[in-house]
Amino acid sequence: MTDATLSAPPQVTSTTPLIAADGVPLKQKLARTTRRMKMRALFLTLPLVLFLIVSFVLPIGQMLYRSVHNPTGSNVMPNFAVQIENWDGQGLPSDDIIETFVKDMAAARKNREVGKTIGNLATRVNYEIPGSRSLFTKTARRADKITEGPYMAALIEIDKKWDNPNLWLTLQRVTKDFTISFYLAATDRKFDEAGSIVRADELYRIYLPILWKTIWLSALITALCFIIAYPVSYLLSTLPLRTSNLLMILVLLPFWTSLLVRTSAWIAMLQTEGIINNVFVYLGFIDDNQRIQMIYNMTGTVIAMVHILLPFMILPLFSVMKTIPPSYMRAARSMGASGTYSFRKVYFPQTVPGIAAGTLLVFILAIGYYITPALVGGNDGLLISNLIADHIKKTLNWSLGAALGTILLVVVLIFYWLYNKLVGVDNLKFG
Amino acid sequence: MSLAAEQTNNAAHEAHVRFENVQKSYDGEILVVKDLNLDIPAGEFLTMLGPSGSGKTTSLMMLAGFEPATHGEIYLGGQSINNVPPNKRGIGMVFQNYALFPHMSVAENLAFPLKVRKMGRAEIEEKVNRALAMVELPDMGGRRPAQLSGGQQQRVAVARALVFDPELILMDEPLGALDKQLREQMQYEIKHIHENLGVTVVYVTHDQAEALTMSDRIAVFEDGVIQQLSTPDDLYERPQNSFVAQFIGENNKLHGKVSKKSNGVCTVDLDGGGTVTADAINVGAAGDRTTLSLRPERVEIEPEQGSVPNILSGEIKELIYLGDHIRTRMSVAGNDEFIVKVPNNAGNIPLEEGATVRVGWMSEDCRALDPLAP
Repeated sequence: MTDATLSAPPQVTSTTPLIAADGVPLKQKLARTTRRMKMRALFLTLPLVLFLIVSFVLPIGQMLYRSVHNPTGSNVMPNFAVQIENWDGQGLPSDDIIETFVKDMAAARKNREVGKTIGNLATRVNYEIPGSRSLFTKTARRADKITEGPYMAALIEIDKKWDNPNLWLTLQRVTKDFTISFYLAATDRKFDEAGSIVRADELYRIYLPILWKTIWLSALITALCFIIAYPVSYLLSTLPLRTSNLLMILVLLPFWTSLLVRTSAWIAMLQTEGIINNVFVYLGFIDDNQRIQMIYNMTGTVIAMVHILLPFMILPLFSVMKTIPPSYMRAARSMGASGTYSFRKVYFPQTVPGIAAGTLLVFILAIGYYITPALVGGNDGLLISNLIADHIKKTLNWSLGAALGTILLVVVLIFYWLYNKLVGVDNLKFG
Repeated sequence: MSLAAEQTNNAAHEAHVRFENVQKSYDGEILVVKDLNLDIPAGEFLTMLGPSGSGKTTSLMMLAGFEPATHGEIYLGGQSINNVPPNKRGIGMVFQNYALFPHMSVAENLAFPLKVRKMGRAEIEEKVNRALAMVELPDMGGRRPAQLSGGQQQRVAVARALVFDPELILMDEPLGALDKQLREQMQYEIKHIHENLGVTVVYVTHDQAEALTMSDRIAVFEDGVIQQLSTPDDLYERPQNSFVAQFIGENNKLHGKVSKKSNGVCTVDLDGGGTVTADAINVGAAGDRTTLSLRPERVEIEPEQGSVPNILSGEIKELIYLGDHIRTRMSVAGNDEFIVKVPNNAGNIPLEEGATVRVGWMSEDCRALDPLAP
């Protein structure tokens, strides 16, 4: 096309692009008119995108990074970290390296900067070799007295434990910035003294059992929620509007009450001197000295969490059931199917999207639940999230907390993927 | 056994479906169906016609078994079915929204009633294919209902109600969701299926044209009572009360007072002036009020002198050209909505709005009925 501004309308064939009345190609014209709409759409979603980046992408990235990155070793002993990196690991390190170690230690002892004190290093090494903390604090106190070689001999004089090649192998590992040792710890594994990966001693295997317990407790809570919610949702969806609205408020009322209040209410209900035990004793079901322990254990966690998560199951089920007209069941009945057969073959399959949404929602919420198990879980009702919180708040082993958190995230993603395979995410209906 | 009871029993045997003194109330305060008595012989196409809230759908639901009758008996093939659950009644049903199961294919939908009856796979396949062929959708078995057009879904719903060979089919406004053209086409198709299979059909609709097209007999419902039960032409030509006259077809109403009544013909003094004679169908004694019912196509403009006994003058208010006829709105005897359909004939006098002309009709085309509440 040589002249697009011809006054005569250009001939339209299958090969020439369509031209708008003012001679601009139609596609270009269309793009121009829709551009403003696209810009506006982008502008409107901008706050959400920013919010997601700040509140979601960055923290999770930070967590993933922290779970493998721990610079304590190189922060505390910068010079030693550089030298030990090239050590071949045979026997004991050379006296040059030990000299740097002793000088770094003496310097670190004077350092008061958070994250760079000898205490930080001692804690870090203690994760790898439990009980080694005092070795570092003791040695550091005397490090500035060692002024001349042989340095190794001087160290051994302070404590015989320094005469151990495996200790120096561990130090070589600890002074590297990137490590998988927190993932090993989170899955109850460790480096043995020779540096290969082994399972932790039986006494120290705590994370995997709690992770499994978290998964199956969440599954149990989800199943219980489903069993309770399905008939309730059915009732809600079939009752006349006024009655169903009233019942819906009863379902939502606890939802609007503070989580803490609800959890404490369960304590009042379930404790050994609580309402339920009192009623049982009064009715003579149990003896006064045989009161049932229903709280501060797994039972308490399950009861309270089923109660708290129930609305998340009822709401999607209800909204799906509401859209199923009664004529389907009537049609099935008119064709000769019994009530149960009609329910199984006609009604139930149509509620599957709601079941899928409800179970997914409850399961994912349950697997990461924190407050309720912390308050009513006691010791055997603790979930993985309580351990994560412990590491973040109490032991301050953030790297281990991050590794556990990442594993939890991966578990959720695996379940989501399984769900997608089984039900199809397109089939989820939240309302 | 008394004679009356024996007669009742005989009648119950002859009729395929029989409602006997059936009443229905949902709230214990209002009777939705008041004392329904209805016999439907085998093979009949009976339509329950009426405005919404007239009790027609409730009657159908009682027959299907989804609503229990508050009082009275319903018989199917001579057996009382009051205590028979819907799945044991063996009645095919087509629902207003078709109620095709969305999670099953068309073929699975059709196979549903056959699987319930534990038929063999080969037999099911044969019956499904035959049913699909009957509604002219032979290759649609693999599709989901959502992939079909409204008309196709409607056909599948009909096929599903028929596939297990029930002797009675109930249809609850099955064509309500279709556009006009498709609706008319489906009316003929359902009518032909009924004629070919010889099943009994009870059809519920509020569309009088649909009822007139399809039915052997029509039961006109209003206020929980059958106002008239008759053939389509009888309903149109000889409505028994002013509700039926009004509901079936177009109808001009003239109010007045009966001045004389003899031999089935009465003389009525119209409120708007003038005196006419009419067939006394449903009127009281002389002096009672009445409503005259007159079909628009039975009114003649400028009739020849002496050809018709009733002649009034009227002013032409509006002319609407409709091709085959001219719809003329006039003011006659105080009624501003008096409609006359003037056939589009070559020899017609040209009509003008505002002109005053004479209108006339035969006595037997004008029916004096109960006075409708003003």
